[in-house]
Amino acid sequence: MLDKNGIAKRIAKELQDGYFVNLGIGIPTLVANYIPQGIAVEFQSENGVLGMGPFPFDGEEDADVINAGKQTITTMPGASFFDSATSFNMIRGQHVDLTILGAMEVAENGDIANWKIPGKMVKGMGGAMDLVASAENIIVAMMHTNRSGASKLLKKCSLPLTGVQCVKKVITNMAVLEITEKGFKLLEVAPGVTKEDVQKATEGTLLIEGNVPEMILD
Amino acid sequence: MIQKTVSGVIEATEGVKSNMTFMLGGFGLCGIPENSIAALVKKNIKGLTCISNNAGVDDFGLGLLLQQKQIKKMISSYVGENDEFERQMLSGELDVELIPQGTLAERCRAAQGGFPAFYTPAGYGTEVAEGKETREFNGKMYILEQAFKADFAFVKAWKGDEAGNLIFKGTARNFNPCMCGAAKITVAEVEELVPAGSLDPNHVHIPGIFVQRIFQGEKYEKRIEQRTVLKKE
Repeated sequence: MLDKNGIAKRIAKELQDGYFVNLGIGIPTLVANYIPQGIAVEFQSENGVLGMGPFPFDGEEDADVINAGKQTITTMPGASFFDSATSFNMIRGQHVDLTILGAMEVAENGDIANWKIPGKMVKGMGGAMDLVASAENIIVAMMHTNRSGASKLLKKCSLPLTGVQCVKKVITNMAVLEITEKGFKLLEVAPGVTKEDVQKATEGTLLIEGNVPEMILD
Repeated sequence: MIQKTVSGVIEATEGVKSNMTFMLGGFGLCGIPENSIAALVKKNIKGLTCISNNAGVDDFGLGLLLQQKQIKKMISSYVGENDEFERQMLSGELDVELIPQGTLAERCRAAQGGFPAFYTPAGYGTEVAEGKETREFNGKMYILEQAFKADFAFVKAWKGDEAGNLIFKGTARNFNPCMCGAAKITVAEVEELVPAGSLDPNHVHIPGIFVQRIFQGEKYEKRIEQRTVLKKE
């Protein structure tokens, strides 16, 4: 089973040369640490920066340069700043090639819920609804089950939706799954995880066809 | 040159009243109009509707107006950083409209540019779309969102001149340019106010026509919410 960094490492393998990528808060943020050698990607943050770099050195942080998680960041050569409307033109206009975000629930038809637990947690959707409604290529990064052990890959989401039929791929601590018309298709399993383990942890329809390879992480 | 300079934050916030709708720039605590917020806190006004991406933290930014229960309604996209906000919202004291961040930006810009409404795919099929007109374009579904209407927009820029021209810095730009000219009166506070002619017109981000009042903020705390740094080897 993978930890959060393991999930990020596996997702990083989905990056391709020339991609503009939007990373959500949480596990997706870690993906930036594992960019494959020899490819050029640029990270977009919806608060208005393209070409995000690593965190600044102690003492060099600038209150005016942050990411969508409100963390201090640096910029890479070729970076640019812009206003929020322009930022969402990049997103809505499908200029961003890949969106990686976290989720509380994903349904087998590609629905996603990640912004609200009625009566309990109300943080808001931030840019997630714009991202999932517009992006061609959305990968969800999350743990396969929640803290109480219940599956987060469901037949139907129980929480208020963030977007409908939009998720293409889910990468969890247990598996890589593709959303197909018939349900979650198991593409890869994490080291030490069996198909049966994934089946047990998946409430939604799981399609297992032939041999399922183990994830290659390094 | 049409002079937009006012003497300071007192004159800049003249005319604000209870039950008005304000737009406030900023993303988290980055690029918020600190001086204008501090002045609003000192005024005896209540029942405010505030359009702002976030609601500050408990003791800074819009959190200060929330502490004094001056806000009746917040229109935001993300409010996760403020315990008092969450308490007032869950208890029903505060009316909250959560909307997608891109929709928030565009509803400001629509107001700035004279568009009554626009279609966006964000929120289709979710509770955000409830009660809204939907329409299909090229096989995809969109919802109709309307421009905001506001009495005042409070924005913060890095530099500005007497003509109201503004230049922003870094990600402190965020919603600020979108809100300029999107309310009846736009109040811009800047870190450095310079005479007309000092800014290269090629570098101006927001032309002064969108700004009615400009002043130099007395001081800027620029609080950092998540200081994340690497240790030097």
